[in-house]
Amino acid sequence: MNRKHMKLGAVMVAALALAGCAAVAPTPDYDAMLQSMMKASFRDQGIAKVDRLQQDAANAQCSQAQGKDLPDATAKAIESANLKTVKLPSDGKFIGDWKLGQKLAQDGGGMTWTDKSTDYSQNGGNCYNCHQLSKAELSFGTIGPSLYRYGANRGVTDPQSPTAKPIVEYAWNKLNNSKATNACSDMPRFGQAGLLSEAQLKDLMALLLDPESVVNR
Amino acid sequence: MKRLLITSFLLAAALGVSAQPKTTSEGIAEYRKMLADGNPAELFEAKGEELWKTRRGPKNASLEQCDLGQGPGKVKGAFVQLPRYFADTNRVQDLESRLLTCMQNLQGFDAAVIAKTPFGRDEQNNIESLVAFISTESRGMKMNLPTAHPQEKAMYEVGKRAFFYRAGPYDFSCATCHGEDGKRIRLQDLPDLTGNPGDGVGFAAWPAYRVGNGQLWGMQRRLNDCFRQQRFPYPGYASDLTIALGSYMGINAKGAESIAPAIKR
Repeated sequence: MNRKHMKLGAVMVAALALAGCAAVAPTPDYDAMLQSMMKASFRDQGIAKVDRLQQDAANAQCSQAQGKDLPDATAKAIESANLKTVKLPSDGKFIGDWKLGQKLAQDGGGMTWTDKSTDYSQNGGNCYNCHQLSKAELSFGTIGPSLYRYGANRGVTDPQSPTAKPIVEYAWNKLNNSKATNACSDMPRFGQAGLLSEAQLKDLMALLLDPESVVNR
Repeated sequence: MKRLLITSFLLAAALGVSAQPKTTSEGIAEYRKMLADGNPAELFEAKGEELWKTRRGPKNASLEQCDLGQGPGKVKGAFVQLPRYFADTNRVQDLESRLLTCMQNLQGFDAAVIAKTPFGRDEQNNIESLVAFISTESRGMKMNLPTAHPQEKAMYEVGKRAFFYRAGPYDFSCATCHGEDGKRIRLQDLPDLTGNPGDGVGFAAWPAYRVGNGQLWGMQRRLNDCFRQQRFPYPGYASDLTIALGSYMGINAKGAESIAPAIKR
């Protein structure tokens, strides 16, 4: 640990010294300092390896924006690149079992260093952590919008019908890759990131869109 | 009156609805247990004070000459000015990394060994009592981290970037949960830590006693569990990135009253 600190300290001192020597002191390169500090500060633990710190374009751009909106063109480019990753259901069916979806939505586990494996079966949907979904479950988060009556409010009476198609496809895209519709969405990319299987995603689709689901009743 | 306030707070904490709801009877049982123990954080504070004054370690020395930034042995007011730059180590240190320095230099412990020790064991246990004692000595004071040294400024700037750094399988950053006011995960309120969240909230509330598991958590352990839930890899104990985040949150909280060690669910 001490050697790491010394190395990092040296980087910081060098960066600050450089800043101090120039005639007009330039701003130290805090981004470079962040990268070396990250590298020195994190280590692998169980399934959570340090390669998780690598960012794709969406995460890099949205981090740099620090909560502010991206320029339109940048956001559009991220969204279209992410939309390309979305795979349609292999059998053409979007809707699974809403009861399994509800169970998955309640499950906030998966992918931490205390989880045993990264298998789909070990991962929850984490939905209630951030969204209201049903009337009965009062313990819901508010980071995301309420999804209570998601299908009903959009007039979905039969998710298999042609009229429901745009809503069904939008929801599928959102669940698979939230950055396909909102470049800096707070939501994980459940399909693209390999968090949930196609069958699990279909069950969540049913939770949102099946008229019999607790979300819509 | 004070006891009554604490009591009703404990009752509220014990009965409070949690992410994993417990029955009312379980809540009451927990509450009774807490009353029997008294205010649990006080036990950690008392143990911490004793540890501070006791000769220990290979050098058989106490921590009474430890300089937490206010001069050797001065504990009062130290907590609300950390993390800060220390000339002897030539780095910015938070409370826990500074304690490691003192335990190594004064008492002869191996700081690297303590840093690798899992939370809740051996010297890590002692550190949690020490931070309870040290933070108590600043209770009611306002957060007032120094910012004049270039390394302090650098740690703030790097900490800010770290706070917004999205990565991992969930694309989460600290800001995903703590970037906006009035949000919750399940029923847990989330302070906005990109600004000053106010008296006794966020950085001004940790170390804290956790009713749910009976443990006293320092800021390092708090951050560690945040990173776990963020689905990040493991942050080294007292590593520079965790200190940078402390600088960012601590400087943002300037003027907020410290209530540490607070009581948390």
